[in-house]
Amino acid sequence: MLALIIAVIIIGAWPALSSHDSIAFITDKSWYPLEGQFGMLSMLLASVLVMIIAILLAAPIGIMCAIFIAYIAPARIQKGYRFAIALLAGMPSVVLGLWGLTVLVPLINKWSPPGQSLLLAGIVLCIMILPTVTLTSLAAFKSLPETLQHATSALGIRQHVQIVNVLIPAASAAIISGVLLAMARALGETMVVLMVAGNVVQFPTGLLEPVRTLTANIALEMAYATDLHRASLFVSGLILTVLVLVMMLIASKIKSDNHYG
Amino acid sequence: MALQTKGFTLGQLTEAKTCCEPIPHLSVHNLSVKYQHKTVLENVNLDIYKGCITALIGPSGCGKTSFLSTLNRMTDMIAGASVSGKVLFHDDNILNQPIDLLTLRRQIGMIFQKPNPFPLSIYRNLALPLREIGIKDKQLIDYKIETVLKDVGLWQEVHHQLDMTATKLSGGQQQRLCIARALVLEPEILLMDEPCSALDPISSAVVEDLIVSLRGRYTVVIVTHNLAQAKRVANYAGFFWMQERVGKLVEFGRSQHLFDQPQNELTAAFVNGRKG
Amino acid sequence: MAERLFQAGIWCAALLVLMVLFWLVQGLLDQGLAKLSVDFLFSQPQNAGRDGGISSILVATLLILAVTLLVALPLGLASAVWLAEFTATHNFWARKVRLALDVMAGVPSIVFGLFGYAFFSLFLGMGFSILSGGLTLACMILPVFIRTCEIGLRSVNNSWRQGAAALGMPKIKAVWFILLPAALPAISAGLILGIGRATAETAALMFTSGYVDRMPGSVMDSGRALSVHIYDLSMNVTGGDAAAQASALILLMIIMVLNMLAYAITDLWLGRRVLNGFAN
Repeated sequence: MLALIIAVIIIGAWPALSSHDSIAFITDKSWYPLEGQFGMLSMLLASVLVMIIAILLAAPIGIMCAIFIAYIAPARIQKGYRFAIALLAGMPSVVLGLWGLTVLVPLINKWSPPGQSLLLAGIVLCIMILPTVTLTSLAAFKSLPETLQHATSALGIRQHVQIVNVLIPAASAAIISGVLLAMARALGETMVVLMVAGNVVQFPTGLLEPVRTLTANIALEMAYATDLHRASLFVSGLILTVLVLVMMLIASKIKSDNHYG
Repeated sequence: MALQTKGFTLGQLTEAKTCCEPIPHLSVHNLSVKYQHKTVLENVNLDIYKGCITALIGPSGCGKTSFLSTLNRMTDMIAGASVSGKVLFHDDNILNQPIDLLTLRRQIGMIFQKPNPFPLSIYRNLALPLREIGIKDKQLIDYKIETVLKDVGLWQEVHHQLDMTATKLSGGQQQRLCIARALVLEPEILLMDEPCSALDPISSAVVEDLIVSLRGRYTVVIVTHNLAQAKRVANYAGFFWMQERVGKLVEFGRSQHLFDQPQNELTAAFVNGRKG
Repeated sequence: MAERLFQAGIWCAALLVLMVLFWLVQGLLDQGLAKLSVDFLFSQPQNAGRDGGISSILVATLLILAVTLLVALPLGLASAVWLAEFTATHNFWARKVRLALDVMAGVPSIVFGLFGYAFFSLFLGMGFSILSGGLTLACMILPVFIRTCEIGLRSVNNSWRQGAAALGMPKIKAVWFILLPAALPAISAGLILGIGRATAETAALMFTSGYVDRMPGSVMDSGRALSVHIYDLSMNVTGGDAAAQASALILLMIIMVLNMLAYAITDLWLGRRVLNGFAN
């Protein structure tokens, strides 16, 4: 079935791939579909930048939350907090986008119009992928043998040294693969970026500039695209899929290579 | 047993099997341990003598390991465990709540049944505890690591690959590394919870020799299921047994007495293999 | 000192996340709550959704989910049974299929949308319809569902399998009468999580099931899912924010209930496994 999906996407993309200089898709930055220019560089870059902002924010905070649940939180808080994270994890992305649009955009708009921007998309995406980071890191911490903690305690090693120098390195492979999964999710996410990134096709120059990502582009133009234009949207879908797959494969490789996985 | 040479000095190897003056290093009074509401160990009184090896024997589930973990307050890490009684160490009751646990555990080290090296390099395994006690000088750290690895007989085997992940060592090597890791802090007392039971016979013999070589330099308390081993290494021995579903210390004394002329019926039955 | 600083940092991060969650919910309640009423649930949207309710939207959502379920459940179960019971763990094809499933689970939903549009809507000629939307969603949730079912089946006590075989039971009967019931909690938990994911999904539906907000007459009609409704109200309809937030609250409630069900079932299952003493 995976083959079927990829096949359909490739067939859809074929007219564009064959008729065009295919390198131009990712090197050319002008996207004027009505004039037959299908350069995706700006949107690709926007996608990647949004993802990077999201993960830079989500990875440290998410891992800290996992540490909080696993080692710091008192037993009573622990369960409730976990539930809160699970709630956040189940939040539909369209709802997050709505919140970003109706609550955050007006806020940012006050000091830097239009408000919808690269940065904001990154922040809202961060909220979306944070639970992924937290839950995978938590699972990584929980799968560490308890003896490790006993050993550090028996040596009189302070808790934060224990966590930073022993437990995090021991869980690192699983944590990294969790972060990669979260990155893949961020890259493939459509609704949030569609709603809060601003959707202006331009080469991203500043954090507060509105941008359009590949995913948002597909969602916006699919409805009316025809012929080569449609085919090139399929190409962007293909690029996305390949990027996401590469990340997922690396993630599963890292995880399976590791001893404590 | 050749009794009493002139005491001992820390850091100097005394001859095997020579025992030391019986100076209590730890004194345990009326110690009881409960998990939730279940009493697992009741009313234990004994002295652990300085520089000697004290073996704790008895069937599984009679509270030996619980007893051992009260001595460096590892019981704190078990949810629902509560301990009552007194354990005197340098005239302080270590069971008192406001005690500096970090310092206590640096003075009283512990070795676990299953070797538990950190999944870091061999070098980092040993350097981490040293950094924690404030030793930052690289040369000093290197020197201490070399010394302690020589002490446990690992230096020859690993000195050219200190960067290797410790979890790649064999089981016996891992356990010796764990002992080295405890020794590098220069503790006064070492608690060992069946340190050989997860090892193959050959590694087990190597670790046992190592334990014997610690006599006189460190006070060692070892929990073991292996009676022959207890007989070989220990100066003192304590026998634990379940009575009415509660663990109790039945007999304690010089290891030779306990094994050869046990005072208690149960002890006699156990050491002769008739029970347990 | 360093210890304190570290702990303080962790607490701060944890509180920050909690505050964001609180802010989020509060933001939705702020405008949405006023709009929310029984009437809202049971009346048709008017004036492009600004007024009126969401009855037709709910019906469309339910229909889409029904299609998804009807397709995903049998297909998913069959694949899971094949993977768990009829192939060796290290069988070449099983491994490939498993890898493909794991990879598919990560494919962006918009790509599923593209696929559904090209394959179901155009190639198979279903157009913008509830059917093609439901089928697309089924493709999307199948990978995760199959894998959860497989894990559930694998963790069923092996002695039951042997017991059934010793009684001379054909394997297919053993699966049907013993193993599937035993793995039922895992299966239902997986299914509920899948439905949750499908309910939340927007991108894959935008150009498979379409935008039409009339009451759908059949599965071949176009119907607007709740999540698409929220998107449309907030992006394309000025003054639709309140209705969008009310709809978001409804969506959130549905998903919370589904998630809690899934957790409760998993908990129950884990608890029972421990009781029966076959936790490993």
